[in-house]
Amino acid sequence: MRRRQTIAILALAGLFVALYLWLHKIGLIGELQCGTGSCEIVQASRYADLLGFPVALYGVIGYAVIFAAALVSVQPRWLAARGPGLALVALSSLGFAFTVYLTAVSLLLIHATCRWCLASGAIMTTIWLLSLATARRPT
Amino acid sequence: MKGFYAALAVVCVAGGAWLFYASRHRASEHAPATGPAPVVTDTFPGYEMGSASAPVTIVEYSDFECPYCAAFATVQMPEVRSQLIATGKVRWRFRDFPLHPHSTLAAMSAQCGGEQGKFWEMHDQLFDHHQWAQQDKDPSGIFREFGKAVGLDLSRYDACMDSRRYDNRITASQQEGVALGVHGTPTFLVNGRRFEGRPTSDAMKALVDSLIAARKP
Repeated sequence: MRRRQTIAILALAGLFVALYLWLHKIGLIGELQCGTGSCEIVQASRYADLLGFPVALYGVIGYAVIFAAALVSVQPRWLAARGPGLALVALSSLGFAFTVYLTAVSLLLIHATCRWCLASGAIMTTIWLLSLATARRPT
Repeated sequence: MKGFYAALAVVCVAGGAWLFYASRHRASEHAPATGPAPVVTDTFPGYEMGSASAPVTIVEYSDFECPYCAAFATVQMPEVRSQLIATGKVRWRFRDFPLHPHSTLAAMSAQCGGEQGKFWEMHDQLFDHHQWAQQDKDPSGIFREFGKAVGLDLSRYDACMDSRRYDNRITASQQEGVALGVHGTPTFLVNGRRFEGRPTSDAMKALVDSLIAARKP
């Protein structure tokens, strides 16, 4: 249960990171607080949109769905069931694959990194690893 | 479970507070509201590239310290150069519109590079290596390194920077922009009309192509 709770907390944190990037993308938030990174370059690149929608929006939706699934999975009636664990594995695997793609694009095609994107990548990777562990042993 | 829900609440409060704080910041780089400055005259039109007979002229009001300008210069501008300028469709003109603490110094550095025929090389250095804009210390030494990297005669560059002889040119450029209704960077005037929307190379190409098509009988 601890792992699923951790997944829920991480997914909520990731949801806020993705929301921050998405709200910036649609102009509701000013300059990204990026420190030494190159967030504006990454966000202004052609790869910041996918199929007509901002990549960050996919992040918002993905984290929201994972958060909801994790929240359901920690309820007493679902604790012993394998379904929620498998759902978390499936969802986070999708998220992790997307993270790998975005990180590769950032490093190999844009040649710039965005610390918020890297933070989101780290969160999603941790969620994925925890979900794998949860699927093996759901406690 | 109480600890779990408390942790969720903490994340919610922290995330919400961060988003609220971020939303209070400006959505783009805007000129500060100041009183009228003395009018400075300078006849220099700005550095240009592209064919003089190009059917479309795009004037860019830019600030070397502005992150949006750097993003445009590094991501969109290479496409603009290859698709619009190199093809003879567009003549591009760069105008300074400094808004940040080190913007004028950077503009002056580019102008001093231009004095030696290397304006666009300095322009690219200033935008490609934009880390200088993300630190508080005086970037003069970094700009000098850029000058060295593009092959400037550094003694002439130093003399140029010390003399501040392009102060008036930069101020005049900004005042010209304000008179034309520019209030943030980057701003683009396409054949004299402000470019609206996200400045992507694709959007600019679509606009330029439509303007050229409209000229044909």
